[in-house]
Amino acid sequence: MGSLTKKAAIVGAAESDIGQTPGKSPMELMAQAAKRALDDAGLTKDDVDGLCTASMGGTWLLEVGEYLQIMPNWSSSTQYGGSSFEAHVGHATAAIAAGLCETVLIVMGSTSVSDRKLTMPRGAGPHGSDPRAGAVFNGRLYGLGGPVNSYAMAATRHMHQYGTTMEQLAEISVATRKWAALNPKALMREPITIQDVLNSPMISYPLHLLDCCLVTDAGGAVIITTPERARNLKKKPVWVLGYGEHFTHDTIAYMPDITVTPAAKSGEAAFKMAGLTRKDIDVTEVYDSFTITVLMQLEDLGFCKKGEGGAFVSGQRTAPGGAFPLNTSGGGLSYTHPGMFGMFLLIETVRQLRGECGGRQVKGAEVGLANGCGGLLSSCATVILGKD
Amino acid sequence: MPFVYDENAPFWEGTRRHELMIQRCRECGSYQFYPRTNCTKCLSENVEWVKSNGKGKVYSFTIAYRPGGAAFVNDVPYNIAIVELDEGVRMPTSIVECKNEDIKCDMPVQVVFEDVSPELALPRFKPTT
Repeated sequence: MGSLTKKAAIVGAAESDIGQTPGKSPMELMAQAAKRALDDAGLTKDDVDGLCTASMGGTWLLEVGEYLQIMPNWSSSTQYGGSSFEAHVGHATAAIAAGLCETVLIVMGSTSVSDRKLTMPRGAGPHGSDPRAGAVFNGRLYGLGGPVNSYAMAATRHMHQYGTTMEQLAEISVATRKWAALNPKALMREPITIQDVLNSPMISYPLHLLDCCLVTDAGGAVIITTPERARNLKKKPVWVLGYGEHFTHDTIAYMPDITVTPAAKSGEAAFKMAGLTRKDIDVTEVYDSFTITVLMQLEDLGFCKKGEGGAFVSGQRTAPGGAFPLNTSGGGLSYTHPGMFGMFLLIETVRQLRGECGGRQVKGAEVGLANGCGGLLSSCATVILGKD
Repeated sequence: MPFVYDENAPFWEGTRRHELMIQRCRECGSYQFYPRTNCTKCLSENVEWVKSNGKGKVYSFTIAYRPGGAAFVNDVPYNIAIVELDEGVRMPTSIVECKNEDIKCDMPVQVVFEDVSPELALPRFKPTT
């Protein structure tokens, strides 16, 4: 039993409307998700005394608190990309264990796709950040654009070092789409083949269009609370068993080893805290911004050896009916991806452990792992969850 | 045009002279890039500018088929690379005098400078002959 094991439980989880939500603001999606997650838990807003959120804005936490009219006694807005919400689970569990608060709302909302039609003022730097320091040397002078260019460079090096192939990366897209076909909420449910992936337009060598996640609107929320309260709610608690986090860099040129994600450290810490081994995990949800992100996390979390990720995902081993149930919602590749997908890894893990997943339910799932990977392979946070 | 200010100016002054300037800590001997006031290893402020020999190898690369900004619309497909210098530091760049399909990881390269304007020269790398 590690220091935070079973010190808190997730008791509510839900997403907002997803896909295209024209006319909605991120805040509206967030409020919708918060309401649904509280309903799912059988709690009300008045029960919430802690708040976590992350977005691109500066004092987003204050805006969210004001909008939802939650005035928390404890809060955290760690923002290191899409894995931030896994970090919030760890930080909230520590805060609850320390007695700083009882019930924390972790919430996000984004209108990534609908905002394309809006013209809004932007900050001077890449993320509205300071245009000095590393921002001058992040590669933009050479045409380094969106995340795909950075992730593609990780794929290039992985292929060079380990002989990983584009076909092996495509296996991940195909398997994930099969899971999406079993999820009525997933946005892309038509079956695809490895050849479809390889025939889709090259976006940034060696990544094709179908190696890339969707761009959607979506919000999501989870509720996390004390063991005492968790035991007296309408649904069974989903316990935090283990947690770990690590980050290494901001932009890709300064990643210490471009083939190793921070999950190598965050995963090890989470397994150590939980006192579990890789074989104990029944269902795995890892961040799928791109296929290469998945492959590297599987290696770094220790499900296979470094460099063997390609073989690990081959033969549709991660598809429904395969040996290793992975990204069972259909993932960022086929279900939804509002820029920061980590929230949805948590929601799906909770649903799997509660047995709420219908046609995509992993039978006998008792322990699940959610690993967020955010920024430009910059940050990872690993949460191991389990039921009683 | 990059944002030039005191901390990074010696780098850009160097590129205008067609010299690749990186930093070395006088206390612990570590090299670093990008420019910083303090050493990234020991936090000493006793950091000096030194001229790199400009040689290194391609650590990784990608070929962008969609432009990474309005300035690159007419350039696709173009390469973006990370080069590791002999001194051990890495920098984002691009590879010139080489077809995109001939770029390989670990390929030896050396720096060349493109004079973009009187104020700005950009370091790029070409295969070592």
